[in-house]
Amino acid sequence: MTAIFGAPLEMFTSDPGGYFWIWLMGFLIISSCGLVGTFLVLRKSALIGDAISHSVLPGIVIAFLLTTSRAPWIMIIGALVAGLLTTVAIDLICRKTRIKEDAAIGIVFSSFFAVGVILISVYASKVHLDADCVLYGEIGYIALEPFVSIGGREWMPGPVGVAALVLAGVAISIFLLYKELLVSSFDPTFSTTIGISRAWVHYLLIVVVSITIVSAFESVGAILVIAMLILPGSTAYLVLDRLPHILATVLPFAALTAAMGVYFSILFNCSTAGSMVVSGFGLFLITWFVSPNQGLIAQWRRRQVSLMSEPSA
Amino acid sequence: MIACRKLCWIAAGSFLLITASAHSARIGEITKTHIGEQALRFITLRDPSVVMALIGSLMIGLNCGLLGCYMVVRRVSLIGDTIGHAVLPGVCLGYLFAGYRAPIPIFIGAVLAGVAGSYLLEAISSTTRIPKDAAMGIVLSSFFGIGITMLTYIQRQPGGNKSGLNQFLFGQSAAFSAADLYLMGFVTILVLATLTLLHKELVVLSFDSSYAATLGIPAQLIHYIQMTCVAFAIVVGIQAVGVVLVSAMLITPAATAYLLRDRMTSMLAMSALIGCVAGVLGTFISFLATGLPTGPFIVLVATFLFLPTYLFAPRHGVLTRWWRQRLSRRRTERENTLKAIYHILELEGFVTDQVGLLELAQYRREPEDVARARLTDLGRIGYATLHADRVVLSPSGYQRACEIVRNHRLWELYLVNRAQMASDHVHEDAEKIEHVLSHEYIHQLEKTLKYPRMDPHGKPIPGWEDMDRVGPPEDFGSGPQSDGLTRIYQEPFKGGST
Repeated sequence: MTAIFGAPLEMFTSDPGGYFWIWLMGFLIISSCGLVGTFLVLRKSALIGDAISHSVLPGIVIAFLLTTSRAPWIMIIGALVAGLLTTVAIDLICRKTRIKEDAAIGIVFSSFFAVGVILISVYASKVHLDADCVLYGEIGYIALEPFVSIGGREWMPGPVGVAALVLAGVAISIFLLYKELLVSSFDPTFSTTIGISRAWVHYLLIVVVSITIVSAFESVGAILVIAMLILPGSTAYLVLDRLPHILATVLPFAALTAAMGVYFSILFNCSTAGSMVVSGFGLFLITWFVSPNQGLIAQWRRRQVSLMSEPSA
Repeated sequence: MIACRKLCWIAAGSFLLITASAHSARIGEITKTHIGEQALRFITLRDPSVVMALIGSLMIGLNCGLLGCYMVVRRVSLIGDTIGHAVLPGVCLGYLFAGYRAPIPIFIGAVLAGVAGSYLLEAISSTTRIPKDAAMGIVLSSFFGIGITMLTYIQRQPGGNKSGLNQFLFGQSAAFSAADLYLMGFVTILVLATLTLLHKELVVLSFDSSYAATLGIPAQLIHYIQMTCVAFAIVVGIQAVGVVLVSAMLITPAATAYLLRDRMTSMLAMSALIGCVAGVLGTFISFLATGLPTGPFIVLVATFLFLPTYLFAPRHGVLTRWWRQRLSRRRTERENTLKAIYHILELEGFVTDQVGLLELAQYRREPEDVARARLTDLGRIGYATLHADRVVLSPSGYQRACEIVRNHRLWELYLVNRAQMASDHVHEDAEKIEHVLSHEYIHQLEKTLKYPRMDPHGKPIPGWEDMDRVGPPEDFGSGPQSDGLTRIYQEPFKGGST
């Protein structure tokens, strides 16, 4: 085993900036976020992802302050509680009053996020998070994290291992719940008829989204993670029609975006997570222009054709 | 490899130190005093920077509070969130252009970026099948990503760590300069003028866009003017609240006012007031200790104003509405019990004024203890007395029972005679409306139906005389005459007889 995998691993780990790990982390995060996020886009609840990505912050901080442990499962519990509380609070406001969902989302996530930022600045000396890094993460220092060692060998930095587990978990849960997610995303009425509760699927999705977000939080921060949730699925949605194809496109998109991000961050000496998002946005814009059926150029050419054919008709 | 890792640790440590030192331009840190002294400094306005922070946060609260109302009512409030995040690259661009934290280039850059963001949002959602909320997420986080990339680029340039751009992330009202204030004043006047001039158009567009179209209001143009104003307000707002939380200043005060007020003008005033209170209090709290960002405190003050409103607002509060519904549900149940007692008396031909507890329980198909609880409740109000399992209605109870039965039967008759409904379809409707018909309305119904005596099922409609005739034996006639209600019913009968 070691003889086969040892050499390439040695090569990558001796890379002084730890760029391989940064790329791998970016790839894992964007893949798992992109897979879940595709469903958020299709279900028209992308902004729930926005809300949860902000409101996991107090969950993580409070969980840390209570336990003084950075163990992933404690962070995940904190984030899950915060994510579900957000959803419930939004529901409570927009169902019980005449305030609509958009304003309810705005009220809830900003309050949660404000609590998180205040806790960080009050307990600044005790919390491992920096108020600004909450916004854009510290993926650039991923190779400095303690390594996971199995069988006396250091395999990968801890967060990378967690992200890999999360990606596996996301892939498995999408595989298991594929039919339910598909039906309830595209045809809520039909899904109710065949006995799939949209509310339950929604809450399950929120649980998966919260876990995915918390695994990405320290690396890319609260706001850039929204791009990683929404961009891969939306970009694929501009070109492809079938859900399996869209989901399959997320992985190469993630690999490419992460690689471009690492490259540009070295080139311009700027935030890695930020340049990953900019790269993803660039790919989105290009796709938006050149997509064969929905692209701006295709739309423009169709208009030209219909204008030219009109006088003869 | 270990040496290399150590090197990286040092690099990381120095980066953290650099970011920490970027925070140092705050009043709180200049004099390390405790909370009481800081509060005194704030309240006595000794410090000119306190005055500037106060004026600034007042103007921000005013602008955001006013503009937020239209966004909350139009259900587009998260566009504010999108623009709020989207201004960050513009801020950095302005900084790069001027080379220092110059108010006017940063202002222009931020407004351009905000407007570009809102254009891009419209473009994505109108030319593709991507839903609008996903398009918001794309614009919001991508522009923010561009901004963060530029921000970190600036900070890692020589001298860039003193840029003060970090203050745009979470806000720092202590960092206002006189130039910032002039700019804010300019924006406030602009926003107030626009809102005054376009008040009618904005209100019509917010509530009824198709009516606005028939009036010939150019919706697209007004929308972009409004979004430009929002971008203006956000750009001055980010100084105190920060790009991440500025949307809360647009949404929370306006949503709070939306629960308190029903008219647009008074909602606008309320929202502006709440915005100002949140701005001032948040600035005050963040001033009390060192190293506290302003934005989160302003947002939390707004949330703490929202919470009691959510629960206790006179008309739209959740608890007040729940209490009101509970009261009316109990009244309805009470009135249904009274009606059941009347029905039993009627079935027995009014030979007695008493109804047995068991009879009532059987009539309403309820367990005996439920019926007993209902009668005890009637007793507490003074509508009935219960002894030895027989219930006797008091004068007021009997009168109320007659009223309910009359309401029910009059309404049934009205539905059959006037609304041409079949007589076996009217009962359910009358069951509901009998509890809410006002005296004036009943009076009008009687007049319309020419003071009828029988309902469509052939049952007598109890009138004033019935109340008198089959009332409980003790001096019933003198009691209810002082009641306003009896007068109302007496008059039409008199009128009818002459």
